[in-house]
Amino acid sequence: MRWLLVKDLQILRRSPLLVGLLVVYPVVIALMIGFALSSPPGKPTVALYDAVRTGRGAVSIGNQQINISHYANQLFQSIKPIRVTSRAQAIRKVQDGQAQAALIVPADIVSQINSLITQGVGNPTVELILNSRDPLERQFAQQAIAARANQVEQAVSKQVLRVAVTDLQQVLNGGKLQFLGQSVPLLGLRNARAIVQGTIASLPANSPLRPALKQVVDFADLASGGLGFASPVLSSIGSPLTIKQTELTGKTTPSASYAAAIAVIVSLMFVGVLLAAGLLALERSEHAYSRLVRGLIKPEGLLSEKVLLAAGAATGVTLLMSALVSLFVHLEWMRFPLWLAALVMGALAFGALGVAIGGLARDVSVASLMAFVVSLPIAFVALVPGDAVSGTLKSILDAVAFVFPFKAALQAAANAFSGTAPGIGWPLIHLAVLTLVFGALARLALRRFA
Amino acid sequence: MSIGTQTAQRTVTVAVRGLTKRFGARIALDRISFELYAAEVVAIIGPNGAGKTTLLSILAGVLNPSEGEVIRTPDRRFGWVPQEPALYSKLSVAENLRLFARLERVADPDQAVAAMLAQIGLEDRAGEEVARLSGGNQQRVNIAIGLLCEPPALLLDEPSASLDPRQRERLWEFIGGLAGRGTTIIFSTHNVAEAERYAGRTLVLGDGELLFTGTPADLERAVSGGDTTLDADTPRLAGDFESAFVRFLHDRGH
Ligand SMILES: Nc1ncnc2c1ncn2[C@@H]1O[C@H](COP(=O)(O)OP(=O)(O)OP(=O)(O)O)[C@@H](O)[C@H]1O
Ligand SMILES: [Mg+2]
Repeated sequence: MRWLLVKDLQILRRSPLLVGLLVVYPVVIALMIGFALSSPPGKPTVALYDAVRTGRGAVSIGNQQINISHYANQLFQSIKPIRVTSRAQAIRKVQDGQAQAALIVPADIVSQINSLITQGVGNPTVELILNSRDPLERQFAQQAIAARANQVEQAVSKQVLRVAVTDLQQVLNGGKLQFLGQSVPLLGLRNARAIVQGTIASLPANSPLRPALKQVVDFADLASGGLGFASPVLSSIGSPLTIKQTELTGKTTPSASYAAAIAVIVSLMFVGVLLAAGLLALERSEHAYSRLVRGLIKPEGLLSEKVLLAAGAATGVTLLMSALVSLFVHLEWMRFPLWLAALVMGALAFGALGVAIGGLARDVSVASLMAFVVSLPIAFVALVPGDAVSGTLKSILDAVAFVFPFKAALQAAANAFSGTAPGIGWPLIHLAVLTLVFGALARLALRRFA
Repeated sequence: MSIGTQTAQRTVTVAVRGLTKRFGARIALDRISFELYAAEVVAIIGPNGAGKTTLLSILAGVLNPSEGEVIRTPDRRFGWVPQEPALYSKLSVAENLRLFARLERVADPDQAVAAMLAQIGLEDRAGEEVARLSGGNQQRVNIAIGLLCEPPALLLDEPSASLDPRQRERLWEFIGGLAGRGTTIIFSTHNVAEAERYAGRTLVLGDGELLFTGTPADLERAVSGGDTTLDADTPRLAGDFESAFVRFLHDRGH
């Protein structure tokens, strides 16, 4: 068996195209599937603590109203909010990995905005807490929120300016001021100037009051000119709303590591099944099979050799892939021995499935085609969400998923990567049993040709 | 091999009893029985699809019979040269030989490889990928692998089909030497003259039935339909024998 292994490795080394087909292609497909699953069609889940209950309607600032619910609705179009009742609860959601981010609107935001407008001091702040565990998801959540926050910010600053500019206009031109429910007339700088100007005119030419009042008029000219100019300048003032962004290391969200597990197991499946099927079929297409089975090697030995080689290659490729994926998605390196267990057992089961297919095919191309035709539906069946189908169809799909290694391998890998339920024990036993079953089927397939 | 050398002529190496092979409804071999002796050279002849490859494959242990049995004495693996070259095309000539020498558990694989390369005259192409050899040279490697383990019996399925005359000559010379040392040789061929010239005995297969067993001279007599004027001493052309053989098969419905 050792010499057959050496021989197969030699053949693979001299067949870069075959290796390309059998190894690189599946990995590319798997990565594509993984990214398609991990990148958003969905919205990031955000824990939302809103102390003001801004979403309920409008907030008054000065004598202006900001229709917050309008902006809240826009925000909710791009996130999936989980409403919580305290800041601490929001943070816990992120720590537990139930939410990718937390958005906290503090109770004092309205008074801060008001004070900013009336006294020019104030620091209205919303708090954004991100999970730094998964760089990819972190960015995803941040972008979704930042885009919306920007809109709110612009809206708020526009409203703030409108308040400020209106007040300014009143100082300049006069108007009515709402004060304690009473309407108080306001004179305005320009009116004041006109009155003073009139007063000067009515004074005798040599009146000592004239130069003094002239100074008041000059000041009013200067001030109204300057203030009139101030409103456009004011509107160019930057954002009044501060987003205080913090990061914490929470658990990774299940969806990210699950997507990683899917990508890895799809690769494991393709490499394991294709290589085992292809190498076994190669023995037959080279006619060497007839020499080997005449007692040079037991059929069991031949099958084991192919399964081991395919499983070894599949494990190697997917370990490398997991390490790469862990740069983007948090996978728990602490559980590395479990990774190894899940990938090795999965690879053996896929290898056994591969030789069962290869035992039926007469040449490499037929074997590869059959391996593809069998593998893809198995993966899809196992990936159909439980609530997407019902009744009999669900039972059928469950049964199909049960008799092929994909689902068990996926459960094992998902658990190994991030400790998701169910545990890893049963999936590993399941895989071991499937390895034996498919090995036995492959043995039967070989007998068919004797 | 002690058995072969001690009582050379009449030691049975293989006994075939009521051998039947069915592929679905098709009967490829129909209740065949015969014996093979040590140091004898036996030719199997018969038209395409007669069952020659099937018979040799069962003797080689590649196929299982549907019915009947094959008894080997001693119970050792036979040498096997299949009809189509059974080689790894991505490996070199020497790598193929070495792999099978190791799988055959030959005591000194490297020495056996060197000896075989010399025998088939491919020493200078030892490092070349088999895929790049000509069909005839591939067949030479194919034959060499069958000879690696010095078996008690050697089975060759149309071994000379793609060889040039010189290689053919060398092959029969080598096979004659093996038989002289007690090895049983059984080969199939479409070349009736070859069977006549090198075989001590001929088995004629037609549609899975064993139509004839005997020496080439016996076959000749049977072929000429009891025509006594045509005895072994009468000079004649090989072509005559071949056409007579075709007539022989035709008369028996093949
Ligand atoms: N694997 C198989 N499956 C089905 N039928 C087969 C198989 N192998 C051989 N046969 C059939 O058995 C019969 C005998 O075939 P076999 O190859 O033994 O003939 P042969 O005498 O070697 O012919 P040739 O001179 O062309 O090599 C044929 O009818 C063939 O079609
Ligand atoms: Mg044949």
